[in-house]
Amino acid sequence: MTQPASPAQQDAPAAPAKSAPDRSTALRPLGFRLDVRNLSLLGVLAVLIAVGGFTKPDEFLATSNLQLVLTQASVIGVVTVGMTFVITSGGIDLSVGAIVALASVWATTLATQEFGFAGILFTAVVVGLGCGLVNGLLIAYGGMVPFIATLAMLASARGLALQITDGKTQMVTVDSVLDLGIRDAYILGIPPLVLVFAAVTLVGWLILNRTTFGRRTVAVGGNAEAARLAGIDVRRQRLYLYLLSGLCCGIAAFMLIVLAGSGQNTNGNLYELDAIAAAIIGGTLLSGGRGTIVGSVLGVLVFTTITNIFALNNLESAVQQIAKGAIIVAAVLVQHRTLRGAD
Amino acid sequence: MPQIPAPSRRGLLFGTAAVSAGALLTACTSNEPKKSDDAAADNAPVADDKPGKAVTIGFAGPQADHGWLNAINQNAKSRAEKYSDVTLEITEGSNDTAAQIGQVQTLINKKVDVLVILPADGKALTQVGLQAMKAGIPVVNLDRIFASPQAYRCWIGGDNYGMGLNAGNYIGEQLKDKPDAKVIELAGLDNLELTKQRTQGFDDALKNFPNIRKVARQAADFTVESGQAKMAQLLQAQSQFDALWNHDDDQGVGALRAIAQAGRDDFLMVGGAGAKSAMDAIKAGDSVLKATVLYPPTMAASAIDLARALGQGKGVSGMAELEIPASLTLYSAVVTKDNVDEYLPTGFN
Repeated sequence: MTQPASPAQQDAPAAPAKSAPDRSTALRPLGFRLDVRNLSLLGVLAVLIAVGGFTKPDEFLATSNLQLVLTQASVIGVVTVGMTFVITSGGIDLSVGAIVALASVWATTLATQEFGFAGILFTAVVVGLGCGLVNGLLIAYGGMVPFIATLAMLASARGLALQITDGKTQMVTVDSVLDLGIRDAYILGIPPLVLVFAAVTLVGWLILNRTTFGRRTVAVGGNAEAARLAGIDVRRQRLYLYLLSGLCCGIAAFMLIVLAGSGQNTNGNLYELDAIAAAIIGGTLLSGGRGTIVGSVLGVLVFTTITNIFALNNLESAVQQIAKGAIIVAAVLVQHRTLRGAD
Repeated sequence: MPQIPAPSRRGLLFGTAAVSAGALLTACTSNEPKKSDDAAADNAPVADDKPGKAVTIGFAGPQADHGWLNAINQNAKSRAEKYSDVTLEITEGSNDTAAQIGQVQTLINKKVDVLVILPADGKALTQVGLQAMKAGIPVVNLDRIFASPQAYRCWIGGDNYGMGLNAGNYIGEQLKDKPDAKVIELAGLDNLELTKQRTQGFDDALKNFPNIRKVARQAADFTVESGQAKMAQLLQAQSQFDALWNHDDDQGVGALRAIAQAGRDDFLMVGGAGAKSAMDAIKAGDSVLKATVLYPPTMAASAIDLARALGQGKGVSGMAELEIPASLTLYSAVVTKDNVDEYLPTGFN
C-alpha cells in the first residue's frame, strides 16, 4: 500500500521552504497531495477495513455502521484539528478534555437552555474561547510553559465543571438540539455532526496550508526566534493558536451535547491523550514545525475504526486496550520504516 | 466477592425498610411493637428519633463526580441534619487514595466519636480504618469494603452480585416463553471489582433460563458519553436481540440516547442503580427501559443512623440484639412500572 507512494513523494516539488524550516518529507501540499505518512496511515486504515469486513462482513460495511464510525470520530476529530495547530507551533494543550467538559456543562445549565439552540451553542463556543484565551494569555504573555499552563487549566476547568453540575447529569430538554443527533436529521445520509467535522477539517486544512496564519504557525514551531526575527509577532500568534484550540473544544462540546443529550462533568475524559496520539500518528511533529490536518484526521479514523471493529467482534475491554496499544506502535513503526525508505 | 458471605438473608430482612425510607433504625419502632419476650432485649436501649447523647460523626467519601456518589453525600448530610444531637464533620471528597487517608487521619486527630468512611478504594483504606479502630473510634464502613474486618465495626452497603442476579431473573421471567432469546449486557467500568460481581450475578441468573443466551457484552465507563458510544456500537453489532441489561443509570442516559438515535425499540431494557431519570422513564413507559435494579444511595443515610446508634451505645430497634449488627447488605429491588411510585422518592439526580 505504501510503496507506490515513494516515487510520487520524491517527484513532488519541494515545499516553498522560506517559512518552513523543516525540509524532510513533509511537503507543503500544493493540492490534496498526501505525504508518505498519510499514505502509510491510509494503508493501516485499509488493513483495518479489510479486517472489519472479513470478520463481520454484514455489520461492518453496512451504511449505518459507516455513519456510526464517522459520527464517533467527529467529536474527538474536531478537538484534534485544534490540537494539530497547537502542536505544529511547538506547544501542547492538555486542557482540551476539561474544556469540553466545562463548555458542555455550562451550555446545558437551565439558564442557557432557556435560550434554546442558539443559547446552548453560543455558550459552548464562548466558554471554549474563554478557556483558550486564558491559556493563550498565560503562555504567550505570561511566559508560562504550555505544558504547565494547560495542566493548570485542566485541573481548574474540571473542578469548575464539577462545581457547576454538583456531580449531576444535566439533561437537555431543547428539542431542536436533540433532533440534530437522530437520523431523521441526516443530510443525504450523512449525520449532521459528520458534516460539522468535515467543515472544521476543511477550514483547518485551508488555514494551515493556504494562509499566512498557517505559515506563521509552522514557522513559530520550527524556530520561534527565527520567526521573531522574520517579523512574526510570535506572542500574538501563540495567543491565537490557543484560542483556536479552545474554539474547537467549544464546538466539540456542543457536538457532544447533541450526541449524549446531556452535559456531564465527566465529558471529554482523556480527550487530550487521544487528540495528541492522533496528531502524532498522523505525522505532526511533537517538537513543532510540521503539522498535517489530513494526517490527524486519518489518525482519528484509525482509532475509531479499531474501537468499532473490537465492539463488533465483542472483544473484552482488557483485550481492546492491549490491542490498541499494539496497533499504535505498529502504525508508528510502519511510518518510520516508510519514511526511511523515502528519504 | 469482598462482601461478607451470606448477607443476603439479612439483606432481605432489612432491605425494604432501608430502601424505602433509609429509616432502618427509626421507622420500625413506631410501627411495630416488639414481640420479643426476652427481658434483656426489651430493656436494651435502642436508637430512635429522640435526642440523646451528642455525637460527632466524621464522614469521608470519594469525590462526588457521578450521580450516585453525589446522592450518597446528599443522603448523609440531610440525614445528619435531621438529628439535633448529631454534628457531621464532612471532608472534601477525593478519589486519590493518599488524600483520602490524610482526610481520615485528620478526622481521627479531631477525635470525632464515630467515623463513616466510603473509601475510594476499600483495600487501600484498610490501614487507616485499623488506625481509627485502634484509636477507639468505631468505623462504619460504607459500601466499598475494607480488606480486614478489624478495620470496621459495621459494614453497610449494596449488593452488586444481587443486582446482576435480580436483573437476570427479571429478564428471564420476561423472556421465559421465548425460544432462543438473546440478551446483551452493557457493563460498567471493567477495572472495578463490582462490575465483575454484577456480571457474575447476571450470568448465574441466566443459567436458570436455558432458552436465553447472552450474545454480547461491552464495558462502558459509568458516564453518559461512554454509555452513548458503547451502546451505539452494541446496537450496530447486534441487529436483533430481546433484552439489554445496563449496569448503571447514569451511563443509561447515554445508552437510551443511542437507542433513540438508532431508532430501535425491539427489545426491553433493564437499568441499574435507581436514578430518578430512569424511574421517570419507567413510569412514563414510553421507552425500552422497563425496569431498574436498585443500588440505593439511601445506604448513606442508614450509615449515619448506625453511626449515631454506635456513638450513643444503642442497638437497633425491632431486633433482639443489644448491639448494631456487624454487617448489613441492602436488597437490590427491581423497580418496574408496578412499584415505581413507591421507590420514586429514593431516585437520585
